[in-house]
Amino acid sequence: MHSKRSITFERIIKNGFVNFGRNIWLSIAAIAMMSITLTILLFAVVANSTFRHTVSNITSHIDVSFYMKDSVTDTQRGSLIKQLDGLPNVQSVSYISKDQALKTYESQNANNPDLLAAIAETSNPLPASLTIKPRDPTNLQSIKNFLDKPTVVALQSDPTSYSGDRKAAIDKITSATHFFEEAGIVGIIVFIIISMLIIFNTIRMAIFNRRDELVIMRLLGASTAFIRGPFVVETMLYGAAAAAVSLVICASLFKIASSTLQASSLGLLDIGYSNQYFNNHLTLVLLGQLLAGILIGAVSSFIATKRYLKFHR
Amino acid sequence: MILLDRVTKSYNRKGDALERVSLHVEPKEFVIIVGPSGAGKSTLFKLLTREEKPTSGKIIVGGIDYDKLKDKDVPLLRRKIGVVFQDFKLLLNKTVYENVAFALEIAGIPNDEIKHTVPKVLEVVGLTGKESNYPLELSGGERQRVAIARAIVRQPKILIADEPTGNLDPKHAWDVIKVLEKINRFGTTVLLTTHNQEIVNALRRRVVTIKDGKIVSDRAVGQYKAS
Repeated sequence: MHSKRSITFERIIKNGFVNFGRNIWLSIAAIAMMSITLTILLFAVVANSTFRHTVSNITSHIDVSFYMKDSVTDTQRGSLIKQLDGLPNVQSVSYISKDQALKTYESQNANNPDLLAAIAETSNPLPASLTIKPRDPTNLQSIKNFLDKPTVVALQSDPTSYSGDRKAAIDKITSATHFFEEAGIVGIIVFIIISMLIIFNTIRMAIFNRRDELVIMRLLGASTAFIRGPFVVETMLYGAAAAAVSLVICASLFKIASSTLQASSLGLLDIGYSNQYFNNHLTLVLLGQLLAGILIGAVSSFIATKRYLKFHR
Repeated sequence: MILLDRVTKSYNRKGDALERVSLHVEPKEFVIIVGPSGAGKSTLFKLLTREEKPTSGKIIVGGIDYDKLKDKDVPLLRRKIGVVFQDFKLLLNKTVYENVAFALEIAGIPNDEIKHTVPKVLEVVGLTGKESNYPLELSGGERQRVAIARAIVRQPKILIADEPTGNLDPKHAWDVIKVLEKINRFGTTVLLTTHNQEIVNALRRRVVTIKDGKIVSDRAVGQYKAS
């Protein structure tokens, strides 16, 4: 019984390969369709991750500055930093002394002698400050709430950077990036569904073309596995071939794009990063493509053969 | 070997395709079923291959009671019966050799046995030398002989042939009939449907006549006059 099974298994695989070769034009057409779909899907994935990269680049620059009165002592400052570090949304707190603030100011305005002269008039007017980096830039309010406590406000020389117009601008950026991140995920899901439908339909057409074969095999007394098996093997080969073709297309497009565009960015899409992402994840991309192609192919042919495998009317 | 007991098959609204048909075929018999188109010959054929289920009545073929036959066992039944179709039903992307070997492959027969058997059967039907041709490269008669080779390669106890000469010219038709007779002499029960008057009358075998879904005559050495 075991040997009979292995004979059948061997024949299913062999027939799958033979059919692939004998229906070469149908195979090529199906592979072409699947390649295009997988390529679009891959582009969507890379574009999405590039976009996320851009977004995280923007949001990583978001922080809150707390300006301190000159009278604040080292102990007061130390305990304030400790308390801030204890907040769940605080990633890091860094201290900028009055001297550092002045140096930064001078270097930022090196080309503006009037401003430099103005600041040199008096003793350093700039306040020392704490720069607070948040974990989640969309939830700066939690940090702001802490800084608004009367005991903390008592140490403050000027309003924090997260207030007024700046607050409005930051809130706008964070909610926009949040929206785009979610849109990216929805987009990927939509692409996956569309590609699966296109591939399924392509295979359904290919099998429809050869439905007579299925019906004849059924009449001759072939088992379901023996009829369906070679078709599943064949479509898995389509999937594998399409994955390879799609990867070659993508790799060459990224290569061309990154060399001609010199890693410049197209709006929010950083081509250099896309190329880098693609190259860094080559193995993952290859495996993902293969798996997607083979799996979608196998499932599609499994479903598409079903209607021709009836025993009787 | 084949037993039909009051078998009725009705399609929706069209009336009965077969009406209370009873037929008993002994082992090694050669039975010809005749009748005009639409009489119910093909329906009878499809009931025997289990392509269709009867509306009522009992069918037993080679000891298998169709009432007790589960769907998953239908392939096993079909492997026991050799079947020849009017439209050949060959697999067009397989060669002559592969078409015949296919009948053995689905039954899990080992490769060396297939290599041994298939050429012999092709010799019986006179197709030696055409092994690597594809069906579309063959004449109608040759195609039908491939179909017969495929049907007999498993050495079935029963061979049913539905209008195997329907698409053939007289010379090729006779080639096919001679092969069927040869198989019958080897001990296979043959059930042949046809409306070819000359063949029926020359064969001098049992003839069952079906008309409007009913058996109207059953003679040991029958004659047939197509109207």
